[in-house]
Amino acid sequence: MSVLVFANSTNGKFKKNAFEVVSYGKKVAEQLDSNLVVLTINADSTEALYTYGADRVLAVKNDAFTTFNAKAMASVLKQVADAQASKVVILDSSIDTLHLAPILAVALDAGYASNVVALPTSVSPFTVKRKAFSNKAFSHTVISTENKIIGVAQNSYGVFENPVTGTTENFDATVAESGVKSEKLERITGKVTIADAEVVVSAGRGLKGPENWGMIEELAGVLGAATACSKPVSDLGWRPHGEHVGQTGKPVATNLYIAIGISGAIQHLAGINASKVKVVINTDPEAPFFKAADYGIVGDAFEVVPKLIEKLKAFKQA
Amino acid sequence: MKILVCISNVPDTTSKINFTENDTKFDTNGVQFVINPYDEFSLTRAMWFKEKQGASVTVVNVGTASSEPTLRKALAIGADDAIRINMEAVDGLSVAKQLAEVVKSGGYDLVLAGRESIDYNGGMVPGMLASLVDFNFVNGCVAMEVDGTAVSLSREIDGGNEVLTTSLPLVVAGQKGIVEEKDLRIPNMRGIMMARKKPLKVVEPVALENATSTQSFEKPAPKGAVKLVDADNIDELINLLHNEAKVI
Ligand SMILES: Cc1cc2nc3c(=O)[nH]c(=O)nc-3n(C[C@H](O)[C@H](O)[C@H](O)COP(=O)(O)OP(=O)(O)OC[C@H]3O[C@@H](n4cnc5c(N)ncnc54)[C@H](O)[C@@H]3O)c2cc1C
Ligand SMILES: Nc1ncnc2c1ncn2[C@@H]1O[C@H](COP(=O)(O)O)[C@@H](O)[C@H]1O
Repeated sequence: MSVLVFANSTNGKFKKNAFEVVSYGKKVAEQLDSNLVVLTINADSTEALYTYGADRVLAVKNDAFTTFNAKAMASVLKQVADAQASKVVILDSSIDTLHLAPILAVALDAGYASNVVALPTSVSPFTVKRKAFSNKAFSHTVISTENKIIGVAQNSYGVFENPVTGTTENFDATVAESGVKSEKLERITGKVTIADAEVVVSAGRGLKGPENWGMIEELAGVLGAATACSKPVSDLGWRPHGEHVGQTGKPVATNLYIAIGISGAIQHLAGINASKVKVVINTDPEAPFFKAADYGIVGDAFEVVPKLIEKLKAFKQA
Repeated sequence: MKILVCISNVPDTTSKINFTENDTKFDTNGVQFVINPYDEFSLTRAMWFKEKQGASVTVVNVGTASSEPTLRKALAIGADDAIRINMEAVDGLSVAKQLAEVVKSGGYDLVLAGRESIDYNGGMVPGMLASLVDFNFVNGCVAMEVDGTAVSLSREIDGGNEVLTTSLPLVVAGQKGIVEEKDLRIPNMRGIMMARKKPLKVVEPVALENATSTQSFEKPAPKGAVKLVDADNIDELINLLHNEAKVI
């Protein structure tokens, strides 16, 4: 019996969430007194995973996976799980993994708990803590099937070094037929994406109009941050839809979330509450966001943000 | 084209979340239930296919009698008929298995659902359903066209979109983009009147065990008060973020 972790990669490179699930999987394997097996698909090099405790890595290399293919990748995971007698499969919460996880759950007839934020609190019955009600609560969920899938919520467990001498073997997987074909990727390049960012700078209707986003972009640039916005801002067409965060937009689970001219409506907070530290800049001391924030400045964004940019530049240079 | 839209009945986005019975049950007291926002986008797309391409639209929910007002609302928006599978939904896999029975017996070509339900946030039912009935599957769909059995779509990816082609039969989990906010419909009086006469069939679930279940709920620890920094003292904010929060 083994614990299987899928270390997802994009264009051959791992992101932080791959290290997070390996760190998590290492501990779960200890809890269950079983082996850890880590699977990669078309990763350039698997060595980085050893740092987080991946002593045994199985590498699949196949041109069929140059573009993402949910059904075929789920089938590879199933083949590895069968070959390694994996009863517990651990996945990240990237958009692509969320796409393949339910397909895998059916293939393994596994109970699947997504949005898991901590190590299992018990292995018998197998119990995990997961986010529910859009971050307004947690559910202690029991998975009662023999096979189990855990989806670890992004940036919830953390990355822990645990260096081992690892080995990597090739795994020959059969590529399943898929009825869905990728035609084209339309990706904004050269920008930090919300899913990857350590810091997100987000702005709302308080900024009055799209022409005022220059300072938001600049602040994000100084911090190496992604930019985001509230829903009305994208509905009004001030910013692209991809920047809309909140309950009905993208989820944000970053280390630092800076909200500028955003009131902090419950639907906005529901999507960003998983962020670790929240800073609010708002003219209205009664804005609900102050109740959800860690740090706040009551002030006019048009005065505060330029000063913040200037001070941060000085801080970064120091 | 026969379309089935999966409707999850969820607490309104502004609801206060509380629990009863020793934190084992969601407290529905005073909570208003609505069509899951993502499902509303998909339902609206289905209405478009009905009006422009002559599709028929059935809505389905796995839930208790308390979901019926939400199904009636979907009928008032324009769905032709509704099915309720009479069971409390607790686990994604078992909900998907119940829905699979309806899909198999109903001969649907296209199943539209939402990216996730905003109560349990599973993000799993549509993909599971697609696998169970062996339909194609696209998640997080932000645009979609059907021509005969050929389908072209876009799905959201990290930092952009991916354009895909596939064919019916198909399950799609939609989100904003599959239609725009302004296209969402508020039922009018005539729709509400007509909805009362439209068929709402209640079917009994097949016998199944739940794969997962909630043992208890927990609310996040109350947050400490915000630390306010004077607008003239940005250095202090930087200091706090660097030395106390350690995020810059
Ligand atoms: C079903 C549903 C789903 C929703 N989903 C989402 C979602 O996913 N994401 C989301 O964001 N919203 C969502 N909403 C909308 C949400 O309810 C709010 O309407 C929205 O978040 C408000 O956006 P805002 O804070 O930018 O604008 P406003 O509420 O107009 O707030 C603007 C803020 O800017 C401040 N301000 C004004 N001038 C300045 C200045 N010069 N400097 C600094 N501050 C200033 C004001 O004091 C105010 O607090 C949803 C609503 C519904 C009904
Ligand atoms: N009880 C249910 N009845 C009908 N459809 C559901 C139900 N639960 C989930 N769905 C559908 O599956 C989608 C994803 O839900 P979930 O996997 O619960 O996050 C929802 O947006 C609905 O379209």
